[in-house]
Amino acid sequence: MYDKGKVLTGLAIFVAIVTFPVWYDLVHAQHVPKLEKPTLSKKCVADIAYMRTSHMVLLDNWRNEVVREEKRKMIDVEGKPYAKSLQMGCMKCHPDQKKFCDECHTYADVDPFCWDCHFQPQKETK
Amino acid sequence: MDVKRRNFLKIAGLSAAAGLGASSAFTQLFKGDALASEEGHGGETAGHAAPAQGEHKAEDTEFQYGMVIDIPKFAANKGLAEKCIAACHYEHNVPDFGNPKDEIKWIWLDDYEHSFPDASQYKRNAGLNDLPVLLTCNHCANPPCVRACPTQATFKNDHGVVIMDFHRCIGCRFCMAACPYGARSFNWRNPREQYANGNYKFFKHGLNPNYPTRMRGVVEKCNFCPERLAVGKPPACVEATGDTKAMVFGNINDPNSEIAKVLNSNFTIQRNPAAGTKPSVFYII
Ligand code: SF4
Ligand code: SF4
Ligand code: SF4
Repeated sequence: MYDKGKVLTGLAIFVAIVTFPVWYDLVHAQHVPKLEKPTLSKKCVADIAYMRTSHMVLLDNWRNEVVREEKRKMIDVEGKPYAKSLQMGCMKCHPDQKKFCDECHTYADVDPFCWDCHFQPQKETK
Repeated sequence: MDVKRRNFLKIAGLSAAAGLGASSAFTQLFKGDALASEEGHGGETAGHAAPAQGEHKAEDTEFQYGMVIDIPKFAANKGLAEKCIAACHYEHNVPDFGNPKDEIKWIWLDDYEHSFPDASQYKRNAGLNDLPVLLTCNHCANPPCVRACPTQATFKNDHGVVIMDFHRCIGCRFCMAACPYGARSFNWRNPREQYANGNYKFFKHGLNPNYPTRMRGVVEKCNFCPERLAVGKPPACVEATGDTKAMVFGNINDPNSEIAKVLNSNFTIQRNPAAGTKPSVFYII
């Protein structure tokens, strides 16, 4: 084979560049999202696995039920009522957007526009 | 290109003939369509009078929230109208941009002449124009804004309330063009602009943490306070009138409701009834 050295070096550089994202991530292991646990209650409105993957579906359904169908009744979880609302429901237990919502959203690089209109319970009430 | 005059005329003639043919085919199609829809109407409207061709008409809801606004009571209670506006605009985080071009309003004041331009102004009592006329969305029983909205962000709920799902609004402003009452406002600016110290610029009455704001590019208007009705409270503006009875709210389709009785025992007028929108807000002048 001619130019064995050159070909192999070239190949090695090529492979290194193509796989760069993989090993960069391995070396600079991103911190895994760690959510702030609620202190107010133990049980969520749906089970954790569902909330992890599909909380946006739940919120969407709540919104349609509340705004369009006037089904505004609180939902009952082990005797405790929860409003079907991000601002008035979810965020009563998870009050800190940064430590709860953003933790995963940043990791997954999604940018929902909930907070263009909704508020976190504390702080923003100046 | 050198097209001979004669050839040009030939081609033009042929195309015109083709065009004529096409248009007659189109008319045929259209005719078929009109016939089909007429048949459809016949089937549906067996129960009541057939609507005129092309007439859009919303079905009346069994339940229809409405409001009676008693203008003399507002005139007798100086500052009450302003109190109602402040209550609503605080409750719903309605921004005040401080200029009429960007103005957002859910409930506002105007004079008699501009509130009821279709009423005769000929030799009108000059004092009428000094009355504080409170205006808001009329929650029309036959709302043109709902028909205009391409996303169903504006819709009529089971209580006859014309309500908005702000999430769905794409800011096309068709509804604003459709509403004959100017009851809708568009957010030209971001209502949540902040000062360097983090304070909001435009929430003059403070911020209600229990209600969201809107974002730039969204239309908003009075929603008849469904979030308050759901927990048994009257609308914020009605609550602000206290015991004056300057505003009465309720189901106008229930003959036993307070509002039906008020309507039954007073002479009331509506804004621009000739538009056929059937406003659910009534005025005692
Ligand atoms: S007043 Fe305007 S915005 Fe309100 S329901 Fe009627 S048409 Fe729609
Ligand atoms: S501006 Fe929003 S509410 Fe109005 S018609 Fe367009 S989508 Fe509907
Ligand atoms: S009914 Fe509610 S939303 Fe409408 S003007 Fe009154 S307080 Fe505002």
